[in-house]
Amino acid sequence: MNIVQGLKYSNGHEWVRVEGNQATIGVTDFAQSQLGDVVFVELPEDDIIVRAGDGFSVIESVKAVSDIYAPVSGKIVKVTIELTDISELDDLMDADAYERFVAEGGH
Amino acid sequence: MTAKQTPLYQTHLKYGGKIVEFGGWLLPVQYSGIKAEHEAVRTKAGLFDVSHMGEVTVKGSDALKFLQKLVTNDVAKLADNQVLYTPMCYPNGGTVDDLLIYKENIREYLLVVNAANTDKDWKWIQENATSFDVTLANISDQVAQLALQGPLADKILAKLTTAPLEQLKYYWFWPEIEVAGKKVLLSRTGYTGEDGFELYCVPEEAAELWEAIMAAGTGDGLIPAGLGCRDTLRFEAGFPLYGHELAKNISPIEAGIALFVKLDKGEFNGRDALSKIKAEGAAHKIVGFEMTDRGVARAEYPVLVNGRNVGRVTTGSYAPSLDKNLGLALIDAEYAKVGQQICIEIRGKSVLAQVIGKPFYKREGKE
Repeated sequence: MNIVQGLKYSNGHEWVRVEGNQATIGVTDFAQSQLGDVVFVELPEDDIIVRAGDGFSVIESVKAVSDIYAPVSGKIVKVTIELTDISELDDLMDADAYERFVAEGGH
Repeated sequence: MTAKQTPLYQTHLKYGGKIVEFGGWLLPVQYSGIKAEHEAVRTKAGLFDVSHMGEVTVKGSDALKFLQKLVTNDVAKLADNQVLYTPMCYPNGGTVDDLLIYKENIREYLLVVNAANTDKDWKWIQENATSFDVTLANISDQVAQLALQGPLADKILAKLTTAPLEQLKYYWFWPEIEVAGKKVLLSRTGYTGEDGFELYCVPEEAAELWEAIMAAGTGDGLIPAGLGCRDTLRFEAGFPLYGHELAKNISPIEAGIALFVKLDKGEFNGRDALSKIKAEGAAHKIVGFEMTDRGVARAEYPVLVNGRNVGRVTTGSYAPSLDKNLGLALIDAEYAKVGQQICIEIRGKSVLAQVIGKPFYKREGKE
């Protein structure tokens, strides 16, 4: 399990990285492993106002639908990843695989 | 009521099962992951604990007569050592449960019912038996059940028994053979859409039997499989799940399993009501659908046509073998045609879907 130093974490298993007046929000590695195979993510639209504790996004595994709660209040300024095909994620590396990839020469 | 543990509870913990409550039982929803377990059952093999299922024996000179009244399928067609799938209905045509009937001989039958319905069924079966010469017993606590499912199930089981498995055809059973030195009832049955077996044994021997099967199969890719993939597997194969596609207010005709309702076999519970539904056509039908827009349908989401509510989703999921988001829904019969555009209301938004044929998945070589 990967717990990154320097981030803030909510008890709902969201992480927050603050830079200036902007916060980047994500779901922890632990929460993803608890959910099981993630098959769908519904992200919020730009410019909506959220309050801390609002369910503003949804993540779905094969069996479960879970809300992602805003760990802090603010306006959504940018949704950075638009996941249209979740299966594309299967083609990408996790941190361990990437570490091996680099160790083997990185190509 | 506190949830019960099966005889394999400690085994599930040992194998890393993630325990949830289902039908009053504590069972693993998954071990390694639903997709991996689903894939293993489709391509190699998976081992399930299905000890939560209920078992009732029906014995006596009226056993056949009684069962003919109790269920909708034709029990008289069964040969000794053959298994029958059948709905069991209320007089109004609604479904009490769906079950398997094992015929040992003309005086002895074993009924295997859904875990969540065992108490209700047991009461219903007893109430219906009053005027018949039968002896009933609810032996659910004296029976453990494992399901070994997948294309390699046959090969794996053959390592543990001298019985000629190739002679055991689909929906037949042997009442007592030895597997890994344990006495079991073995049937070629399952709820996954794959070839496979179900093994019934005494609870005291379930853990050892599990370990023996795992040891025999690990080299072939056998992994333990939980309730999560049991659901996605049966869903793809088009098998109804009681409480979803079948219910007190959903008849077998509406559920699309009229094949298991034999109106010409003589009197039985629900016959008049089911004849009427069949003659007039069901007002609602269970249909399959595919999400054509982004989204995953889930049970109880509303189904809309032109903004009007025409039914509800009964099961919805990502379907691992098809890599699609699919669902089953109970909708007004007029919209039940393949190709019909429907919308699924997901968190207040209307998301496009289309009615498609069932089952979604059929294994190769199976008609």
